[in-house]
Amino acid sequence: MRGTVTQGATTGIVGYGAYVPPYRIRAEEISRVWGHDAKTGASLNIIEKSVPGVDEDVATMSVEAARQALLRARAPPQRIGAIYVGSESHPYAVKPTGTIVAEAIGAGPELMLADYEFACKAGTAAIQTCMGLAASNMIDLGLAIGADTSQGAPGDALEYAASAGAAAFLIGRDPDEFLAQIDHTVSYTTDTPDFWRREGQRYPSHGERFTGTPAFFKHVSACAERLMQKAGTEPGDYAHAVFHQPNGKFPRNVAKQLGFGDEQIGAGLLAPQIGNTYSAAVLLGLANILDEAKPGQRVFVCGYGSGAGSDAFDITVTKRITKARNHGVPKLRELLADTVQLDYATYAKIRGKIAAPEKGVA
Amino acid sequence: MSRPVAIVGIGLTRFGERWESSLRNLITEAGLAALQDCKVSGEEIDELYVGSMSPGQFTNQELVAPLVLDSAGLADTHIPTTRVEGAGASGGLALRQAYLSIASGHADVAIAGGVEKMTDVPEKDVTRILGAASDQEWEAFIGATDPALHALIARRHMEKYGTSREQLGLVAVKNHKHGSLNPNAQFQKEVSLETVLQSPLISDPLRVFDTAPASDGAAAVVLAALDVAESYTDRPIRVSGSGQGSDYVSLAARQTLTSFAATKHAAERAFAQAKAQPKDVDVVEIHDSYTINEILGIEDLGFCKPGAGGVLTETGATAIGGDLPVNPSGGLKARGHPIGATGIAQVAELVSQLRGQAGSRQVRGAKRGLALNTGGTGVVSVVHILEAV
Repeated sequence: MRGTVTQGATTGIVGYGAYVPPYRIRAEEISRVWGHDAKTGASLNIIEKSVPGVDEDVATMSVEAARQALLRARAPPQRIGAIYVGSESHPYAVKPTGTIVAEAIGAGPELMLADYEFACKAGTAAIQTCMGLAASNMIDLGLAIGADTSQGAPGDALEYAASAGAAAFLIGRDPDEFLAQIDHTVSYTTDTPDFWRREGQRYPSHGERFTGTPAFFKHVSACAERLMQKAGTEPGDYAHAVFHQPNGKFPRNVAKQLGFGDEQIGAGLLAPQIGNTYSAAVLLGLANILDEAKPGQRVFVCGYGSGAGSDAFDITVTKRITKARNHGVPKLRELLADTVQLDYATYAKIRGKIAAPEKGVA
Repeated sequence: MSRPVAIVGIGLTRFGERWESSLRNLITEAGLAALQDCKVSGEEIDELYVGSMSPGQFTNQELVAPLVLDSAGLADTHIPTTRVEGAGASGGLALRQAYLSIASGHADVAIAGGVEKMTDVPEKDVTRILGAASDQEWEAFIGATDPALHALIARRHMEKYGTSREQLGLVAVKNHKHGSLNPNAQFQKEVSLETVLQSPLISDPLRVFDTAPASDGAAAVVLAALDVAESYTDRPIRVSGSGQGSDYVSLAARQTLTSFAATKHAAERAFAQAKAQPKDVDVVEIHDSYTINEILGIEDLGFCKPGAGGVLTETGATAIGGDLPVNPSGGLKARGHPIGATGIAQVAELVSQLRGQAGSRQVRGAKRGLALNTGGTGVVSVVHILEAV
């Protein structure tokens, strides 16, 4: 297949970690404040979304997820040869998030590192980069992170979904270390301006219904179909499937269109409980699947980033998963069960949507 | 004495969210389809008219009429091209101008098109642009939007005649059912009355399913003098009546909210010219930009007495198979409403019906059809009566 050749050596996931802040705001609370239809959240299949705490950002959440990944891999941080952090809410416009993460987990300084941005799919792009580096022997282990504290303008439809979370994946090339082997990956990319945020803008803009059929659905379907073509598989071959989830509705619809059943997408569909964690979304879904999957099961992963593109992966879980996922690390479901509900006022304060005047100012 | 005129060719694009097609693509697609539907070559066209409400605001493109000629590869003919604007009635007015150019003897063959590309701008801009069809100083300035003005009309009709919320909803249910039979319709699916009545409120009593969608699309018809029409087609459809009327732009200036005088004026002229009466009409296309407008249209065209439009709808008379099939195409509600294209698409539907080529939505034995195209809150109305020759 043009453009996306099968990787040389096989690579796999040797560790993974997931972090979602405990704070939540309910969709009904958002519609109450803005006077929207009370069914707005339900129509998007979003019950509530996660909110980052005042001291949390993409760097802190990435560190949480990366530490879990290292614990599960039982690997020392010095083995990491590359770190790529994918996000559209890096704390700095200029200055990498990745260096903060690397110092915090004890990786480096002999380290390849950069921050990535591709709307919601920078995390999967980071995995593909690490796969290439590992397969070509340029690194031993690579750390790929997708993390976001995404922004939605007050009162905009995005506000129901834009949430916070991080997922980290350690990618290696020693099959004995694999918790899951990555059999195939395919990408599908075009210039499709469905969602964007310009330099200096606080909140993103979007093309409303244009974000659906010609953007999300076109790219996810095309990428998913190409992956199955390449792998010689069909939907029924996968025990689990996870799709990017800008809300709880789109992934369900695209899964149905492609021929996946509700029982296949259940474990990976987290948007109804946590919203759209952007760069972390499909990766958190994958983390939750790995928390539950049985050895030998095949997992279908298809991310999406506005702008627009999709990355898809065909993954097979190995027998190491059973032991490794319990290496002193909580499962994602346990983390998600511990929640603190916020009212809109507190949420607005925490997210900087309202601000107190500086001291000394009346 | 004017010359008889016939429609010899029709062309339509699929209506809907045509993300893949620009304004230029859409009108060219419809125009070429219309030419292919008859034996008219581009060089034989004497005049070109295009109805488009607001291409400048929707797509930044003005000078749409010469653009159509250019896109069709006919710029070297240098024939007159004219854009016609009458808000929602733009398409019907363009058709009337093409008709008049032939009827007057000035042209032998003319093409009338209509186009709008509405989905490239955010929803709030669509509302603002459509609001330009109200009186800016006396209506828009004080906050009255297009849906709010139609809600006033609906509320008054309910008060005065006892028209029910369910009767309004049945207009949408019926048009969706018809739309499900139209392969060019934006919404090719049926909806239940419950779905209509539970859809989000827009402006009380009107809900989302009482309103036509924002759409992309184009339509075109080729007209020729009747005496030469048979050299272009085996089935010319004669334009036997053409009437147009106007009214106060602001609703507040009118005597009544429950009838559009512009429609009555246009209908009287068209019926007189066609030497026909409402009872002679077999199939009707009415401008149902809001469900209330179909009910008003039925009444103002004389198909029933004032106030009886809701009840007539409830009896099923206006469905395909009923005594007075209205909007077999699905109407604006289900076929879609790319503003400038609507008036042309209505007439194209009548031509299909009168040719007996409307497939599963064919009104049996249709010999005479009527189209009512309206702009603003009944500010401009244009009525065309068509007959199989």
